Amino acid sequence: MGKFKVFLVCIGLLLTAAVAQAAAPIKIGALFAVSGPAAFLGEPEKNTLEMLVKEINAKGGIKGSLIEVVIYDTTGDATKAVQLANRLIKDDKVVAIVGPSTTGETMAVKPVTEKEKIPLISCAAGIKITEPVNPWTFKTPANDQIAGEKILNHAEKLGQKKLALLTVSDGFGSSGREQLKVLAAKKGFTIVADETYGPKDTDMTAQLTKIRGVGADAIICWGTNPGPAVVTRNVKQLGITTPLYMSHGVASKKYIELAGIEAAEGVMLPAGKLAVFDKLKAADPQAKLLAEYDAAYRKTFGVESSTFGGYAYDGLLLITEAIKKNGATPEQIRNGIEQSTNLVGISGVFNMSATDHNGLDLSAFEMVKIVKGDWALAQ
Amino acid sequence: MNLSDQLLQYILSGLSTGAIYALIGLGFAIIYNSTGIINFAQGEFVMFGGMLGVYFFHKQGLALPIAFLLAVVVTALCGVLFERFAIRPLRRPTPMNMVIITIGGSIFLRGVAMIAWGKDTHVLPTFSGDEPISFAGATLLPQHLWIFAITILLIIGTKLFFSHTISGKAMSACAVNRRAAGLVGIDVRRMIMFSFILSSAIGAMAGIIIAPLTMTSYDVGVMLGLKGFCAAIIGGMSSGLPTVIGGLLLGVLESLGAGFSSGYKDAVAFVILLLILFFRPQGLFSRGSSERV
Repeated sequence: MGKFKVFLVCIGLLLTAAVAQAAAPIKIGALFAVSGPAAFLGEPEKNTLEMLVKEINAKGGIKGSLIEVVIYDTTGDATKAVQLANRLIKDDKVVAIVGPSTTGETMAVKPVTEKEKIPLISCAAGIKITEPVNPWTFKTPANDQIAGEKILNHAEKLGQKKLALLTVSDGFGSSGREQLKVLAAKKGFTIVADETYGPKDTDMTAQLTKIRGVGADAIICWGTNPGPAVVTRNVKQLGITTPLYMSHGVASKKYIELAGIEAAEGVMLPAGKLAVFDKLKAADPQAKLLAEYDAAYRKTFGVESSTFGGYAYDGLLLITEAIKKNGATPEQIRNGIEQSTNLVGISGVFNMSATDHNGLDLSAFEMVKIVKGDWALAQ
Repeated sequence: MNLSDQLLQYILSGLSTGAIYALIGLGFAIIYNSTGIINFAQGEFVMFGGMLGVYFFHKQGLALPIAFLLAVVVTALCGVLFERFAIRPLRRPTPMNMVIITIGGSIFLRGVAMIAWGKDTHVLPTFSGDEPISFAGATLLPQHLWIFAITILLIIGTKLFFSHTISGKAMSACAVNRRAAGLVGIDVRRMIMFSFILSSAIGAMAGIIIAPLTMTSYDVGVMLGLKGFCAAIIGGMSSGLPTVIGGLLLGVLESLGAGFSSGYKDAVAFVILLLILFFRPQGLFSRGSSERV
């Protein structure tokens, strides 16, 4: 599947666009890993984009021009992503590109779009995408370090001083570990234990026993499933009562399912607001948009929305808002995106500038606590 | 929390992971002892057991004991197919061919599992509750007791089988000398197939009883297989107590290694494997019979 479906959708869009209107459509490209190992990112991203474009066109497009989106499947392969980016720019003549889904692909595509002067709005989280800033490259997911800072702020508020780190020994874990150590030093925390585990490890009781011995005020575990779920179970097994923080890498119901409702009770983590949209205060600027997005996604695809789809949502939102404000040439779109202020999206409220091409701050995450197998806002 | 309590917890944790390695190691040893093949797809049988358990329990909604049995039976069937289509067609197998074929087989089985059940991680409920059992300051889960119990039963079972039944003895005979075994009227092919059934069934059992603790996904077989192989090597590829002790030893060393410095946990295990292969290739406990290789 994948490619053929995308192809059909593109044809469909072409036809409707040709029949429906006189003004030339605005062509926007998208590169997502719809199949392959990163399909869990690409699939919701593609779904979201198609749903959103349909919605915009049903309302008459932007300033009278319909939008046409060309989505290609990169299969998570950086080489393929570069070829497809060239195709989007040279053959399809798109004015902006949403994607790719992963940091590796984005780093490969970035030089191409920068050379061709086409705005690229990546859906990957890696900090090196927007640091150092290039005029033509943006990204919608918040930086990992914001999640770390959120945890430490919470720990500070609860008066926890001595922290134990337990991080996975892959890219995500090591960068989390480095950033947590820097932030902790800055905020005056003491790191009393700094342990790691392998991504495929099945038992972390040894590391946790050591951590139990040093008398930490809080444990911060940084990893993606299934490791953190094992850690959570092991903490329960050892009867450790020290508060446990997880990273945003496990902010999905799958984590609670794997760890078990009982063991996950009381675990705190920073989550994108989409995970807790129904529990946000009514005054939250994102509350309404998140509820609408989730409802629309459920209605169209029959499954709950995911943070990853939100990245694509924000990518297109940034582009369409820029077009509304400035106009539809790549240059105008780029300037428009860079000037985005207080733009309410799914991942957060964007405030872009010439020096910040991510535009999200601490408010992108909400500290949540797991209570009876569900998220609750942490106090 | 004093040091001796910590030490006890390290050792208990180590023994419980070690028992898992031992179970997987037994699967390696059984096939080796009746065919002389080191079956690198053993880890995949473990994964199949766990994933089939998840499939029958969660997808088909069967009771856990029935899901357990079905998963073991279906995995044993996979073992038969594996032997029939991957191992048997080779006319004059050399150890090198066999290693490559079983590694190829393991990649194939992993791919099948990925396509059939996706890439998600799954978990089974524990057999008898999650309430930790306290033991002199250290803790265990009831599931660990299940693992210990099943490991002990399987050691006794295989021991009795290989030394007291005709089929068991026939299987050992095949390993010593295939041709001679054939000449005295043993159906060598059948024995080889039988050993694959046995080891895939044991692997499947290991896969299911550990799934509630360690969770399972299509790619857990690689690391588990490697650790099991390690255990079997320490035990000198014997299909009995030495392999089990090898597994326990590996588990405890790993756990102590993680307690000492978690970054070097796996390094500890594999350095030991290398040292044993260098200095005691016949295993830690055997007296160096020269017929092994």
